[in-house]
Formats: sequence, structure tokens, C-alpha cells
Amino acid sequence: MPQGLAYLIEGLLVAVLLIVAYAVFAIILIYMERKICAFFQLRLGPMRVGKWGLLQVFADVIKILIKEIIRLKNADHFLYAMAPYIVILASILTFSCLPWNKGMQVIDYNIGVFFLIAVSSIEVVGILLAGWSSRNKYSLIGAVRGGAMMISYELSLGMVMLTMVVMSGTMSISGIVEQQADGWNIFKGHVPAVIAFIIYLIAGNAEANRGPFDLAEAEQELTAGYHTEYSGMHFGFFYLAEYLNLFIVSGIASTLFLGGWMPFHVSGLDGFNAVMDFIPGFVWFLGKTFFIVFILMWVKWTFPRLRIDQVLQLEWKYLLPLGMLNLVLMTVLKIAGLVF
Amino acid sequence: MNSMIEKIVALAPGAEVIEGMDTLVKIPLESFRKVAEYLRNGCDDKMDYLRDIVGMDWGETLGAYYYLESSQTYDRITLRTETSDKDEPLLPSVYDLWKTAEIKEREVYDFFGIKFTGNPDMRRLFLRDNWNGYPLRKDYDADSNPLDMTNEMNAEFADEYELDADGKETDRKNRVFDEDEYVVNIGPQHPSTHGAMRLRTSVKGEIVTKVDPVCGYIHRGIEKMNESLTYPQTLALTDRLDYLSANQSRHALCMCIEKAMGLQVTERIEYIRTIIDELQRIDSHLLFFASMILDMGAYTPFFYGFRDREMVLDIFEKTTGGRLIQNYNRIGGVQADIYPEFQKDVKAFITHMRGIIHEYHEVVTGNIIFTTRTKGIGLLSREQVIDYGCTGGTGRASGWSNDVRKHHPYSAYDKVDFKEIIYTEGDSYARYMVRMDEIMESMNIIEQLIDNIPEGEFYVKSKPIIKVPEGVYSASVEASRGEFAVMLESKGDKMPYRLHYRSTGLPLVHVLDAVCKGFKIADLFAIGASLDYVVPDIDR
Repeated sequence: MPQGLAYLIEGLLVAVLLIVAYAVFAIILIYMERKICAFFQLRLGPMRVGKWGLLQVFADVIKILIKEIIRLKNADHFLYAMAPYIVILASILTFSCLPWNKGMQVIDYNIGVFFLIAVSSIEVVGILLAGWSSRNKYSLIGAVRGGAMMISYELSLGMVMLTMVVMSGTMSISGIVEQQADGWNIFKGHVPAVIAFIIYLIAGNAEANRGPFDLAEAEQELTAGYHTEYSGMHFGFFYLAEYLNLFIVSGIASTLFLGGWMPFHVSGLDGFNAVMDFIPGFVWFLGKTFFIVFILMWVKWTFPRLRIDQVLQLEWKYLLPLGMLNLVLMTVLKIAGLVF
Repeated sequence: MNSMIEKIVALAPGAEVIEGMDTLVKIPLESFRKVAEYLRNGCDDKMDYLRDIVGMDWGETLGAYYYLESSQTYDRITLRTETSDKDEPLLPSVYDLWKTAEIKEREVYDFFGIKFTGNPDMRRLFLRDNWNGYPLRKDYDADSNPLDMTNEMNAEFADEYELDADGKETDRKNRVFDEDEYVVNIGPQHPSTHGAMRLRTSVKGEIVTKVDPVCGYIHRGIEKMNESLTYPQTLALTDRLDYLSANQSRHALCMCIEKAMGLQVTERIEYIRTIIDELQRIDSHLLFFASMILDMGAYTPFFYGFRDREMVLDIFEKTTGGRLIQNYNRIGGVQADIYPEFQKDVKAFITHMRGIIHEYHEVVTGNIIFTTRTKGIGLLSREQVIDYGCTGGTGRASGWSNDVRKHHPYSAYDKVDFKEIIYTEGDSYARYMVRMDEIMESMNIIEQLIDNIPEGEFYVKSKPIIKVPEGVYSASVEASRGEFAVMLESKGDKMPYRLHYRSTGLPLVHVLDAVCKGFKIADLFAIGASLDYVVPDIDR
């Protein structure tokens, strides 16, 4: 087999695998969110379709697949149709950067973190296009809100990632995980790492467009914000991307701060470390990621929504300066050898 | 009060004081403005609260009743003025004296075709712009408006009618929105308008510059229907006004008819009515909590309100058979006696509620996002709430003591000791806190009554056909979201000549424009929720 063809087949197989994994995780996350929010809200959640409503999400997926994609009269059709694909594309690209296990990673450059930041910010283009091309005032307001918010919070996100890059000494995602073999970053980097973790969770939540930062959607104000006019699977793409972004944000948090797939190691305790190594890496990764997903869901289902000026104030007046200071602090500690 | 009437008579030659249940003064049209100005600004106890304007068609003449109250002495007076020109009826507008008249006069214009000279916004309020005739006039032909299946366009202009020096009528067009304004249409189908209410909102970026409420999407013409229903039949419609004050609204109408007929109800009835009214208030305020926090984007606390409201609804169901709408009061009493475990259930609910209210405060009241989004937002001054006639919790949050239960006690409210909840900040947070505190206060009231319900009849029999003697009557109660009043004119028939309800929500929607100006779009919904209006009571 010529090498080119082999690469092509490999690429296709990985792509199919990726898309399947994407869909499966979306289904798991949607089910998880419906159940968790139900328990917060004194309800049971879906119970009718399958045991404990396990098949409910599948039913919903089938329903959304057979729904009509409505062609709007006054919309800009090309951009209108393109927007959901841009959003889903950005989301899948980011998804492929996640380190699942040792060597089990689709995209692993030596500038992995940089690539990650770059592709994840494509999403905002999709949101702006969706709002702009729908010819709906709610959509437009939602899109502008979303754009302003996501561009702002990307700064904090970048600053935090830079902080962790400074600490790890590498931009490669697998490299960052590898160097946490003797302890996770959040323990090794103590004060600046904890600050960075908190900033990351807030900014990441905003980046994923989820409550209390869901003002691009703002159901009670803008009915559905930037995707008000979308139907069928086009809407489904936005919906999928929202959940997967939640997973991606959590996955990156677990990579940067909680060691990714790296088991819990305490340097010096070799016996304990060996026992921990028996648990496979992807279990560690998923466990940590879903833990953070749970925290973000907890926040979403508890807090009221912030207002646009409060969101921007929080970023520009508090998170960004704090992130910058934290970067300096981390650098100083790193040079002084005070982080491990 | 007497000196005031003397002064009115002096100001308006030909003024006629009509003795009855309320102080009613009939004032000739030409001196009406003078009297209104005197009552608003000149007299000692300023009549600064215009409760309502009730349009009337007396056959020969068209006119209106003006129900006034003083915010200091709580004295009430009713003015009546009329014009005999039925083709081109003109009355002077009083919107510059009482801001609430702006929208009330629109309602009168809509139903009676009376134009108010000087009012800058003489559009129809509830009906379509191309509606033929004025439906509450006695000579209105019900067939003149076949169902119109075309879309109604947005009104671009509002009429303003003026009389110039030689009595000629001029019509000036005022633009509702400038052409380059960015107007976002909110409603009638929208998650946060609490019903089919439409707000045309002009925004500059995220900042609201003008709100123009468009009402009438669910208008059912209840006041017109009343004129062809017997008194017991009219009762059923009161529950359908403000569905969260169903029992209080019906209470008001029963009270009005009983007073008019001179029917004395027993102590037991008064106690039961008071307890159910207060349960209804708790029910409404719990729903207020739930929907306000939902409008601000938090989903979980919404279910807290519904969880505990369920217990109240269960008590309603056991007592009356109805949950949302109870149909409980009737003329001369209530439909059925309370059930044997009523006291036990109510006490159990109170114990439960007292024990669980801290959850509400923990998850919402102390929340930093909630407080920054409500404190200092949607400010209303005391003068403003009186001017706009925003009664109930909205008024009390701005420091206006307006509780009907305190100032004009009815039923068993003079027998209980309770605090009127008043905050002075006038922002969304104060409006929220008023309701939360009122839940506790309502439970205090119920506790004082629940063990002392006297023995007696739950229904006083009256004649099989109920006729109200000729006259003008009114009654008002403190409903869940403000003063609900019934204004009744009878010609001695078994059907009312005119039966008008004071909407508690209309002033709250009217004030939206003033209160939201300069705040963000997100605040519009938080403020709207904190004002706590219910649409079926606006669109009667």
C-alpha cells in the first residue's frame, strides 16, 4: 500500500472515531445534565424512555434528526447555513487535542496549547455569523453579547494557560501531562496554580457559554439568543457543541491542573504509586473531567445569570489583572525554584 | 373632608354632592379641570392617588368617575363628570396631575370613544386600531366587528387632541418611536412577559431607552359581559382576572354586592374569607419568588417556590375543590364550609414554611449575583409610585404605605395585629424583600385567626333573585399585587348597569417605561418580574 493512501485511510479512520466519540460524549453529557439538574431541582428527570430514562437522549437525537431545517425568507442563506458548521468544526478540532491516555491523542504538536487556543477561538465566528445572518433582533443582540464575552474571556484563558506553560516548561499537551508524573500541577504549583485553576474555571465556563454566563442565549431575555432562528440538526449542532465545549473545557482543566490521564502519584511512595498505575489512564482522565463537568453544572443550576456589563467588568477589572499578576508570580516562583 | 367638599362646590358652581356609600360629587364639565387641580395640589390632604377612571355611558351623556384617595389621610372621594356631546365627546385630560391617567384615559377612549384633550397618547389600548365603534357604549352593535384575519400593523403615531381658544378640535400626531430607533419587539409570545403581553422596546446597544406596552392580546371583554349577566353569574369571571388573586378579587365583588344589598355576613364567613385571602397571598408571593428568579436566569430556586406552593394548593383543593381558581366566595358567604382538618393542615403548612424559608434566602437573597442585579436597579420614588398608582408590594417597596388591609380594613383584618411591610429603597431588591416578608406576615395573620374561627353559618341566605338597589357602589381589597377595587353602578336591576374592576397590573405595566429607562435589557426582565404584574388582570 502506498504511504499516502495509508495516511489517508488512517486519517479517515481517526476522523470517524473522533466523530463517533464526539456524539457518544454529547449523549452522555446531555443525559448527565438532565439528571443532575433534575436532582438539584427536586425532580427525577427523564424516567419514561428506557430504564431511568436512559434512552431518552437517543429518542431526542432521532427526533432532532428528522426535523425540518427551515429556510428563512430574509436570512443570508450562505452564512446562515455555514454558522453551525463553523461552531461544530471548532469544537471537534479542540476535542481532538484532548489527551485520553498515554499516546492516545489525535493532535499532539509541540505547540499544542497554542494550537488549542487558536482553534477554540474560531467558535466565536460561528456565533457571530449565526446571529448576524438570521435577521432577527434577538439573534443579533445575542451574537454581539456572545462575541464581546468570548473574546474577552479568551484573554484570561490564554493568560492562565500561559501560566501553566511557564510552570511546565513545555507547550506540548502530552509533555504537560508527562511532567505531572510526580504530582499534579495543582499540588506542585500550589498558590499560583490554585489561583490559575479558579480563573480557568470561571473563564472556561464563560467560554463554553454556559450559565451563569449564558447571556448569548439568555432564554428569558432573548428566547434563544443567537440560535433563535435555527431548527432541526442546525440547531442540534449548536446544542452538541455547547455540551462538548463543556467537556472540552473540563478536559483541558484536568490536563493542565489535575494531571490529565496521569494517575495520582505521590513522590516517594512507590508502592502506592504502583497501585494507582493499575487504574487505566483514560479512567483517570474521564474521572477528573466529569468531576469538573459536575462542578460546572452545579454552578449553572444554582446561580442567576450575570448581566453583560457585569460579565465584562468581571473579566477586564478582576480576572485579567489577576491572571497577569499570577503569571508574574508563577514566573518568579519558577525562577526561584519554589514550584516543584 | 367636609371643608374640601365645600371648597369644591365653591369652585364648581352647579356641583352636586350625591350621598351614598362613597362621597360622590357630580361636577360640571367646564369646571372639572379646576376642581381636579385643586384636589391634586391645592387642598390640605392632597388627593394624590388616582385609584381609577371609570368610563360611563349614562344614555344621554358620556362621562367618567374619578376615584381619588389621599396618600396622607386615606380619605376617598369620587368625582363624576360628563359631556352630552355623544358624537364628539371630549373631556379634559388629567394626565399632568396624575400620571396614571395617561393609560387609564386610553382605556376609557378605547371603550367609550371619549377623547381626552391634552393626553399625548390617545391610541386604543386593548382593541385593534381599525375596530368599529366603542364596545362599552350602550348602543354598540356587537355584530359590527366580524373576525379580522389580517395582521395588525404597529402604530407609528399616537394622536393628541387639543381644543384651541375658539373651541375647535385639533389632532396632532406624536411619533411613538423615531425612525432610526432600534425597536426590539418583546412578546406577546415570550418566556418572560408573564402572559400575552407585548413590549415594544427601543434599545441603544444594551440600554433600554423606551418601553411601549401593547395590551389586549387576551382581552375578553369581561366588563361588557358583566352587563348581561346576573350578579351571581358575574362572580365566576372575577377569578379569571388575576388568577393569583382569584379569591381576593371575588371577595371584593361579593363584598361590594353585599354592602349594596345591606346583607350582613356572619363572623365565621369573614374569618374564612380572610384566611383564604392570606393563603392566596402566600401562594401568589411564592410564585412571584419562583418566576422572578427564573426571569433572572436561575432555574433551581424556581422549583422551591413551586414545591411549597403545592401545599397551599392542596389546602385550596380540599376546601374549595379548585386549585388555581377556587370559585369559593359567593354573595352572602362561601360555597362550602371548611373541612374538619382545615386548621390542622394550615398549621402544618405554616410550620413547614417557617422551617424552610431559610432555603430561599440562602440560595437567592444572599447571592452576590442576585443582589448586584437587583440593588439600585429599577428605582421608583415614593412620588412616582403614587403618581403612577402602583399599589401593593411595588408601592410599599418605595415607602408608600398603601395597604388596604390597614387603611380601610375589611373582613377580619381589624381583628388581627399585623405589620405593614414597608421598604424605602424602591429598587428591585426592595420589591423582592417586601413580598418575601409578606409571606411571613400573612402567616402571622392566619395564625391569629385559625384557632378562633367562630361558630356560625358559612352562608347567609338572601332572596333567590339578587337585585342591587339603584346607586353607585365600590369595594376594595388588598389583592396579591395591589389594590383591587370593584366599581358598580346599579339601576336596581338583577344585572349590573356597569361593573368595573380596578386592574392591579395596568399601572405596573404603565410604569415600565419610566422605571426601565437607562437600564439594560436584562434589567427590563428583572424589573418586570419584580413589579409582579399578571396579564389577565390587565386585559380584563
